[in-house]
Formats: sequence, C-alpha cells, structure tokens
Amino acid sequence: MYAIIAGAGKVGRNLARELISKEHEVTLIESSRQCYLANEDEFEHAVQYGDATELWVLERAGIQRADLVIAVTGDDEDNILTCQVAKEKYLCDRVIARVNNPRNHDHFRLLGIQPAVSATDLILRLIEHEVPRYGLVHLLALEEERLEIIELEVSPDAPTVGERISDIALPEGSLIISVLRGRSGFVPKPDTVIEAGDEVLLVLDPGLEEAITTYFAPNGAPAAF
Amino acid sequence: MFVLIVGAGRVGSAVAKSALADGHDVSVLDEDPLSHERLDAGQSRSWEDSGGQFTVGTALETDALIQAGIERADVFIASTAGDNTNLVIAQIAQKRFGVEKVVVRVMDPARADWYREQGLQTISPTKHAIEMFQSALEPEPVS
Repeated sequence: MYAIIAGAGKVGRNLARELISKEHEVTLIESSRQCYLANEDEFEHAVQYGDATELWVLERAGIQRADLVIAVTGDDEDNILTCQVAKEKYLCDRVIARVNNPRNHDHFRLLGIQPAVSATDLILRLIEHEVPRYGLVHLLALEEERLEIIELEVSPDAPTVGERISDIALPEGSLIISVLRGRSGFVPKPDTVIEAGDEVLLVLDPGLEEAITTYFAPNGAPAAF
Repeated sequence: MFVLIVGAGRVGSAVAKSALADGHDVSVLDEDPLSHERLDAGQSRSWEDSGGQFTVGTALETDALIQAGIERADVFIASTAGDNTNLVIAQIAQKRFGVEKVVVRVMDPARADWYREQGLQTISPTKHAIEMFQSALEPEPVS
C-alpha cells in the first residue's frame, strides 16, 4: 500500500514509522522547514518539504497512485482541503483526517471528509468508558452505514432485570448483540435472562440511545457510581 | 443586498466600504478587533454610524458566522489572509447555509482554477499579478 501523510508532527511521524515497519510505502509531507529538516535524517527520501494543500506538492508526492491519504497537520482547514482534493480531484478512495478542534467536526462531515479522528473525542470516549456516568457508552459509530454500537450497564431498577431476551420488546432498529457478565462476554440466546450489573452491547440506528436507556438504565447513572 | 465579508484586511475592508456606499447592508467578520480601524479609516463617520456591522470572531466558528448574519446573507465574500480558511468557509457558506453568491479569494492560482470548476467563484490576485507582469514584459509596439 502507498500512503501519503500530510504533517510530520508527532502523529504523522509515528504513523509513518509504523507503516514503514509494516513494509508499506510512505511519503510524509511537511510544510515547516525546521520540522522537515528534523525528520530528513530518519526518513530520507520518504519525507518531502512542501504544503500538502498545494496541488503540485501532492502531485510530486505521487498522489495519483496513492491508496491512502492521511492528513494530520495541526490545522483543520489544511486537513480538510488536503483530503478534499485527494478524494475529489485525484480520486483517492481512502482518506483519514485529524480533527484538532472538535468543534470543527461538523465541517469535516459537511464536506464529506470521513473518517475524521479527534483525539479529544477519543479521550472523552475513553473517559466515558471508564466512568459510565450516564450508563451509556458509544463504542463505535459507523456513520456511513448509519449504525452505532453502544454499551449500557443494567441498573437494578431497570424494567428488563429478570426478563428473558425474547420477552423484551426493544424499539425497531435495535438489537442486543452481546452481554458482558462478570469477566466474560457471550452472545445472548432468546432465553438469556438479563441481570442487574450486566453490560449489554447493542447495535442501533442513530437517535435511539435515549429510548434504549429507559430499558436498561432508566435513571441514568448505575447504582455503583 | 446583505453582504457578509469575512476578513477585513486591505481587500476585505475596501470592498466592505464600497458595498456600503453603494447602499448594501454590509456585515464584516474578523478575528482581530483592531481590523475595525481599517473600516473607519478615511471616512467622515464611523463604520457603525454609517450603517455597517462588525463582529469579532473566527470564521470557522459557526456561532460567529451566525452572529455576523450568514443566515440572511445574499452574498458571502471570503477574504481572510489564508487560502485554506477561505476555501473551507466558502464551502460552509454555500453548502450549509445556502448562500446564493459566494466569492472567495484564493492566492494559489492552481487551486483557484480547480475550485472554480467545482462551482465556487474564485478570485486569484496572484494570477492577475502574473498576467500583468507578463504583459509588462511584452515588447512595446514600435511606433
């Protein structure tokens, strides 16, 4: 695979190292002279000096044959534009963009730049995972497929405690895919009985979170918290 | 017409003043409060007294754009110092807020051309400068 990475900061540089160690071909593009020179010794011909939002710079890096373009500079506008021209002008199938300011996430979405990864959002998600304040954790959002996977801790006062899966009438567009109990997880059968303290994983259509929460954690925070 | 201009540098502020003088409603958004001085310079009345609007804010912040009146803008002009900022906010104006006429300054002639093909009205001062230098270099006709 041939990957072009815009931005040779901490993220870009380490991504490049990983991809090269997995025997992929990589070109790093860096627009700061100082940062470029700092990386030249290590990456040699695999790092180029230039502004990755400029067309000739992308062409010099061989964007026409790139399988993947990753824009991880510290500037959201730059990341948006690099990915936009990669996709729309050079017809690169796969782009990945870094979102520096989570408030700009909407702009990435509006201009069709997906996936867009924000470190702040990732860390927030981890915090949610460690501290399930609202009982609900987003595990994965498949935006193009319009599906998400969530995890919910079943609170003792939930109406589903003691119910068999087959007797729980969940809203259309939701499905229990796994139950974590104690230290292990299993795929539930119709006669699996939900217990307080279970963690249930569900796949849902977006927007059903609140409805689902009333089934498993009606008062938000689980008792343990 | 309601004209929203983002970026009150030399170009943005001059366009803002002439649009206001032509009787349009003009709102200017700039992240630097001091850029307001450019709007007042050489005028007998202050920008606000002449009917202009000025908002301090970053163009990428949706709230700032809304405060500056993007929802009722007929024309959106992106004239900040950054090509990439201009291209992103111009597309936000067009795609998210449905502004009818969006004009964007792009210094880089190559991207000005490509984004024009994609439906943005781009203006490239660099391109004009290149053309003028080229014509200045042409031999003078012998009289």
